[in-house]
Amino acid sequence: MATGATDVLMDFDEALERFEPVLGFEVHVELSTATKMFSPAPNPAAPGVDSSVPNSLVAPVDMGLPGALPVVNAEAVRYSISLGLALGCSIAPTSRFARKNYFYPDLGKNYQISQYDEPIAFEGTVEVELEDGTLWTVPIERAHMEEDAGKLTHVGGATGRIQGADHSLVDYNRAGVPLVEIVTKPIFGAEHRAPEIAKAYVATIRDIVRSLGISEARMERGNLRCDANVSLRPRGQERLGTRTETKNVNSLRSVERAVRYEIQRQAAILAAGGTIVQETRHWHEDTGSTSAGRPKSDADDYRYFPEPDLLPVEPSLALIEELRAALPESPAAFRRRLQADYGFTDGEFRDILNAGVLAELEETVSKGAAPAQARKWWLGEILRIANQRGVEPGTLVSPLHVSELIALTENGDLTDRLARQVLELVVAGEGSPEEVVQARGLKVVSDDSALIAAIDEALASQPDVLQKIKDGKVQAAGAVIGAVMKAMRGQADAARVRELVLERAQA
Amino acid sequence: MPDATPVISVADVQHLAGLARIALEPAEIEHLAGELNQIVDSVKKVQEVATPDVPATSHPIPLVNVLRADVVGEVLTQQQVLSGAPDAADGRFRVPAILGEEQ
Repeated sequence: MATGATDVLMDFDEALERFEPVLGFEVHVELSTATKMFSPAPNPAAPGVDSSVPNSLVAPVDMGLPGALPVVNAEAVRYSISLGLALGCSIAPTSRFARKNYFYPDLGKNYQISQYDEPIAFEGTVEVELEDGTLWTVPIERAHMEEDAGKLTHVGGATGRIQGADHSLVDYNRAGVPLVEIVTKPIFGAEHRAPEIAKAYVATIRDIVRSLGISEARMERGNLRCDANVSLRPRGQERLGTRTETKNVNSLRSVERAVRYEIQRQAAILAAGGTIVQETRHWHEDTGSTSAGRPKSDADDYRYFPEPDLLPVEPSLALIEELRAALPESPAAFRRRLQADYGFTDGEFRDILNAGVLAELEETVSKGAAPAQARKWWLGEILRIANQRGVEPGTLVSPLHVSELIALTENGDLTDRLARQVLELVVAGEGSPEEVVQARGLKVVSDDSALIAAIDEALASQPDVLQKIKDGKVQAAGAVIGAVMKAMRGQADAARVRELVLERAQA
Repeated sequence: MPDATPVISVADVQHLAGLARIALEPAEIEHLAGELNQIVDSVKKVQEVATPDVPATSHPIPLVNVLRADVVGEVLTQQQVLSGAPDAADGRFRVPAILGEEQ
């Protein structure tokens, strides 16, 4: 298998000196409606739906059984229109479904129901905020409705990939999940900020769909998937270069890295007099590189034609205006409001954005935590563990659990040190903070009588220290405090222990 | 009136057969190209009566917005899903090794 590890890369700055990068993105969003796009089967992308048993969320329509007829999910249409409006798009008065024909067992019908020349939404713009606060406008070409495909597992190959596999296993639980595919126009002028813009764009789409409440938007679960198109053209050339489409880019960090990688790889090929092959490339998180996929040629001739089993969708102006009126504030406005509400400085707030934990932080606060405390945990211990493991902080622990943890420290049940220990156990999957504290007996010993007994014992065993304290050398108390904390297995509030030690020494 | 030059060429049929994964002999391709052109000619008659003010239609019945409420209904059991499968393993369809690439 070609891992791409042997690709020659040009230095990024040199690549940018010689070539101009042009970007384009296709982002697939799984909608979180209760049912699928065209069937009443439960939607595995909806919150709380268990899809762990393969082929357990499948209706005849999802398999394309003979005689089964699709019917459009009204809620999915509403979600799609809302998303279109949030992307600043026009909503088509008439929108039609089309069949995209291809041979691949991830759909039982040998075609995917999608939209072709009459998408539900078209021509919009998205304002993207970059790390230094600059706003960048990404032009949107269209957003169309379609169905997701089933999941394939390739068996027998060394790497679980398609090459060298002996056979494949198909699970149709995901087949028919409502999708919106958002397609940008070519993005010019990104220059050295291309990787950053790529990441910020996908993060913005994630924030938008989250704020609309139309998708779980978890990239690691495939709710939000990005294909990144990159092409280079020599400085001064009008004609666009040949582009590649990198798939399987499933984290914000990967989006940034994949775009950077393709720029460096293509620049090296072009500079050496080579040509770029128009093809899909697969992103490999582990090696941080892309490898060649299928060439774009005949395979792209999908013979689209209007889906005869479905009727046009013609949203009324009243519906469009109703949905427009219900749009939440834009992520940019939301950020400005939160910063003001929470009283964070620009720098403090920027750190939160750059760590990608604003949504988590906001939810933690909405569950009752103080903003400063929520910020401390998400940017402190949680971010540290996330960086260590190379994952997004939001995947480690839920905002609800963080707010619970904060409440436990605020009411004195946990010291900071204990709380960090509890967090590790929550991350390890041992349950909620409350459950971990219960199961492990990690609560702070706040019962003074238990502390006093331990203190008296420690003082009795260290009479020299007791004498020093009595003589007014309070710093000597440290030895006793240490002994007591040890006896309490660290589960005591050291400040309280110190108070009690001084009190008992004078008794 | 029917056009003299065929609309569907032999190369078109070859291309479509490839896309549809249908193996055809050269004689069959010739034959099909001829038949398809006859079909196109027949359908062309519609153009004689369809004036520009007749909108394009993809469906014979003038209905729109036939939608379904987002309410969970019945699903098949895993056993039912796999009942027609030539081969299955681990609750999933087992298909031969896929040549080519992921879509």
